[in-house]
Amino acid sequence: MKTVYLDNNATTRVAPEVVDAMVPYFSELYGNPSSAHRFGGQVAGKLNEARERVAALLGAEPGEILFTSCGTESDNTAVMSALATNPGKRHVVTSRVEHPAIRTLGQHLAERGYEVAEVPVDGEGMLDMDRYAGSLRPDTAVVSLMWANNETGVIFPVEEAARMARDQEILFHTDAVQIAGKVPIRLKDSAIDMLSISGHKLHAPKGIGVLYVRKGTKFSPYLIGGHQERGRRGGTENTASIIGLGKACELAGANMERENTEVRRLRDKLETGLTDRIPNSKVNGGDAKRLPNTTSISFEFVEGESILLMMDEFGICASSGSACTSGSLQPSHVLRAMGIPFTMAHGSIRFSLSVYNTEEEIDFVIDKLPPIIERLRSLSPYWDPSKAA
Amino acid sequence: MWEYTDKVKELFLNPKNAGVIEDADGVGEVGSMACGDALKLSLKINDEGVIEDARFQTFGCASAIASASALTELLKGKTVEEAGKITNQEIADYLGGLPKEKMHCSVLGQQALEKALADYRGEPPKQEEEGEVVCECFGVTDRQIEKAVRENNLATVEEVTNYTKAGGGCESCHDSIREIISRVRAEKQPKTRPRMSNIQKIRLIEETLENEIRPALKQDGGDIELVDVIGNRVLLSMRGACAVCKASEQTMKNFVEGKLQELVLPELVVEEVRT
Repeated sequence: MKTVYLDNNATTRVAPEVVDAMVPYFSELYGNPSSAHRFGGQVAGKLNEARERVAALLGAEPGEILFTSCGTESDNTAVMSALATNPGKRHVVTSRVEHPAIRTLGQHLAERGYEVAEVPVDGEGMLDMDRYAGSLRPDTAVVSLMWANNETGVIFPVEEAARMARDQEILFHTDAVQIAGKVPIRLKDSAIDMLSISGHKLHAPKGIGVLYVRKGTKFSPYLIGGHQERGRRGGTENTASIIGLGKACELAGANMERENTEVRRLRDKLETGLTDRIPNSKVNGGDAKRLPNTTSISFEFVEGESILLMMDEFGICASSGSACTSGSLQPSHVLRAMGIPFTMAHGSIRFSLSVYNTEEEIDFVIDKLPPIIERLRSLSPYWDPSKAA
Repeated sequence: MWEYTDKVKELFLNPKNAGVIEDADGVGEVGSMACGDALKLSLKINDEGVIEDARFQTFGCASAIASASALTELLKGKTVEEAGKITNQEIADYLGGLPKEKMHCSVLGQQALEKALADYRGEPPKQEEEGEVVCECFGVTDRQIEKAVRENNLATVEEVTNYTKAGGGCESCHDSIREIISRVRAEKQPKTRPRMSNIQKIRLIEETLENEIRPALKQDGGDIELVDVIGNRVLLSMRGACAVCKASEQTMKNFVEGKLQELVLPELVVEEVRT
């Protein structure tokens, strides 16, 4: 059975060019970049090249790029560093729709005496900027807001939010895991102090992340150890993955145009194709500014896990914000924060595309999904076809 | 991704008895869309009190649909009296087991059955018997929690959440759930134990092994065998996955011995023998 992979916000295929770039660093070029000999030293040169490529994608300086093991480590490092370097400030600002890497960290901090403000969003998933402005205080140590939401693709105006924080001398961090490579970023011209990205969301492997730390920002390491990353993150460099990420960032820069034309066109086609054919369906955050590759669609009166499993029979891969999918008993915190009614939230499906998706794949899903929803609705005690909107 | 059995997948992809019976003799509806799953069960019962047809409609995940379908299969041909004895565990067993986080799907089926049978008998919905709401998030009452604890021998809040959903939302009812668990479990301990003959004791040990201990071990691919009983020493041998499991000593002391002390005799001591 052919796989139709529309779950690229969960993880992406490692680009073949990236695999090719990485392979030598597992085999003949296995040296440690910290070694004094040339055999290891030649790898250090390659790491610098990767650092330059990552910096180029983010509009930053290579010296501002710190390699980590994942997006979560980057997020945790940023917030914990801000707190460690501002010991007198005990207030943290974030939003209600953050990824668990920030949200759970916030809960953890709240249990340890920090005050954590979660700024709400509106029905379209947009940040309430008035409430955000009102949440900034003299004792706020750091703001952490995601740039684009992983479930809905909704884009927050983080550049504006960062300027507001800077005006009050508050450090600003953003989780840019979903947006990097999809929308141009120029950190040089922004007030963002720290930014996280994750390799496996942009066709590099799992297990590699980046934290951008603006030059001059006070920093306290999270992993204490050797002198690697100029003493900011101990641990022998994941050389092959760093080099792979460098290649992936270069490709992402080259593919950005396609993300915003071809991928966006396919996403829009999928979205309209499904909502036109399926009554009582709605795009979550559809009126907000969104990533070009993501759509979250709710199908009323059916449950998301059932939809996923029936799509799985056709090899179609997607995600759901329903409760049953996750094993928690409540639907996704993002959809709840947006005030999406439970009848809709339980039946939400997220499709996330990449440059590898084809027109045939999208047509296949538009063809296969409507009968699945119809079938599940025929089993549902709530569905009344005569009331279809 | 959930590890569903082939039976769950089969009944989810090709559910049996989906739909409604137009002139049903008993109808039971439980759950709500807010809770994430709901079930409407309708029964056709003949003059002899035999269930001739059972149909379901489900809003929910794969295991909710499969559980409802399994329930209707179990019900067809049974008398009303027999049907009244079906437990949620039987529904789960019919499916070859459910992931523990999904056990509430089988409980939902059992609750719908109870309501449908009450409807058939013409009993009004018993408000008092339904008890007081403990979990506000999912509308679960103390009676429902008590029943689940009693019938499934639940011991932790997490287990109660898996079986009834109670406590799975804001978590503010966790203390109340803990109280219910200790209350119900205290009831289960007989106050005074009659003296047991050796034969009675061995029989009870065997029964407890079969009903309470073996099913849990088998879930992990293990098994246990009774080798001998000498006084209050119970000699046991681990089999299957348990025989090579590093945690088997823990299992033996905490779980097996605990169960035997609880259900047979508090003085029992287990010993593992390798055969």
